[in-house]
Amino acid sequence: MMRSLSIAPEKCTGCLQCEMACSYENEGVFNPAKSRIKVFVFEHEGRNVPYTCTQCADAWCKNACPTEAIQINAATGAKEINNGLCVGCKVCTIACPFGTVNYNHATGKVIKCDLCGGDPACAKACPTQAITYVDADWTGYGKMRGWAERTDNQSSAQV
Amino acid sequence: MRHAIIGAGPTGVVAAETLRAQDPEAEVVLLGDEPEPAYSRMAIPYLLAGRIDETGTYLRHTPDHFENLGIRCIQDRVSHVDTDSRRLSLQNGSELEFDRLLIASGSHPVKPPIIGLDQPAIHHCWTLQDARRIMQHAAAGSRVVLMGAGFIGSIIMEAMVQRKVKLTVVEMADRMVPRMMDQTAGNLIKRWCMERGVDVRTSTRISAIEPDSSGGTRYRLQTDPAGEIAADLVVVATGVRPAIGFLEGSAIETRQGVVVDDHLQTSVEGIYAAGDVCDGFDWNTGNRAIHAIQPVAAETGRLAALNMSGCNTVYSGSLAMNVLDSIGLISTSYGQWQGVDGGDAAQLLDESRYRYIKLQFDGERLIGAITLGLTQHVGVLRGLIQSRIKLGGWKPRLVSDPTRIMEAYLAGMHL
Repeated sequence: MMRSLSIAPEKCTGCLQCEMACSYENEGVFNPAKSRIKVFVFEHEGRNVPYTCTQCADAWCKNACPTEAIQINAATGAKEINNGLCVGCKVCTIACPFGTVNYNHATGKVIKCDLCGGDPACAKACPTQAITYVDADWTGYGKMRGWAERTDNQSSAQV
Repeated sequence: MRHAIIGAGPTGVVAAETLRAQDPEAEVVLLGDEPEPAYSRMAIPYLLAGRIDETGTYLRHTPDHFENLGIRCIQDRVSHVDTDSRRLSLQNGSELEFDRLLIASGSHPVKPPIIGLDQPAIHHCWTLQDARRIMQHAAAGSRVVLMGAGFIGSIIMEAMVQRKVKLTVVEMADRMVPRMMDQTAGNLIKRWCMERGVDVRTSTRISAIEPDSSGGTRYRLQTDPAGEIAADLVVVATGVRPAIGFLEGSAIETRQGVVVDDHLQTSVEGIYAAGDVCDGFDWNTGNRAIHAIQPVAAETGRLAALNMSGCNTVYSGSLAMNVLDSIGLISTSYGQWQGVDGGDAAQLLDESRYRYIKLQFDGERLIGAITLGLTQHVGVLRGLIQSRIKLGGWKPRLVSDPTRIMEAYLAGMHL
């Protein structure tokens, strides 16, 4: 059974431990600006929503990549950037309708969540279990996937 | 069942792989007319900049990828399509029968009507061979003129700057990248490039290219109103148009490109078209449109192949989207970025920091956008447009702060 990140926004306190952990795990520095997961703050509603790549089945980023630089990790199901093949054209960053592939000026490559190879640092760091790493069927991202399926065009080919 | 695919670019390759996945028994033949492994034109700017070698432009990197999939590759040009006998004539004189055909022949660069274009060191920037020639001539200190500040012209500027050439960009329109940027963004990109030492001449027309009799450079370009401009290398990047010449005299209907229906089928049953060559539909308007862009190339290649293999799949049109890196300034545009009658817009502009975001609405829905200097979460603009989210209370919030696109999207998903 593949596992996925599951997000429970109602449990998120906005402490940003996930961003710090992600940044440290992947970039070696404690800098939320370099995190692949991002907590969005809804002041009006008093809600915080952690958000990152859903590793969606559609893999819009992978389909759009012209140099085969986005590959599926067979063990985790994560769509991972192969830095050796990424030329930095950024087409994936505009093709991903979830906005979860970002361009990194410093490296000239794109970055996205890769589930830390199967042991996501954000989930380990979350003190309130707003982010958990669970069997894929249980993920709260089901909603998001449903939304993806409503997004016309590519999804109309899901048969 | 034999599927033939004309064109070994991203559309043809994705289609061939999709056909193979759908039908392990079918014969799949991929025809490309360039003497190269299947490669991506998108990667050429990075080859010119020396960041990758030629293998870095290849669409597939596994040795014998196509052989292993049982996809037969033919390197030849199709000269004619006979729709009655269902046969392709190839330039080497042979013929190839097909049951189903995909036309994915892509685009050709447009050659503007300028005197003196057929001379050495005047090249398009379209093929790998073009790139090799450009690299040969773009030596440090040489004078290079880019004819056209469209997408291709603008994306290869960085490579030219890195090669330390003296670069002049000449564009007929009143701004840079006029087909994906509005006046504000186009002007900001121009200022950015000028500050990095590029001489950008907009609203300027080149009338002739003549040898430089003084011998100082190779050519003198006659321009209006900028006068004479010296050049050792001229890169012609004045747009592309669908490669449909070989369809002349066939029964396949063409207009600007190959006309397709809502299954990417042409006027002839069993013959499909996809990618740059395909005269399809704009996702926003439903009107006829050609979107010669990478995401559409891959998407339509896949959809056409599904239909060819008997898996009925509707093509609901293509969304225009572009991302451009002009010497480090990153810009994007989506959908109806020009706005629509009866619609309204919101924008945030910080000229000194080269930051700009403009959102176009039709009622409660986002229908298009332009960004400058935004690299985080920019794809969500596609999500907001293509899921047709009714923004409700989030529209006034976006009007007062257009940067809150992610929040608007997450709220729309009730996450």
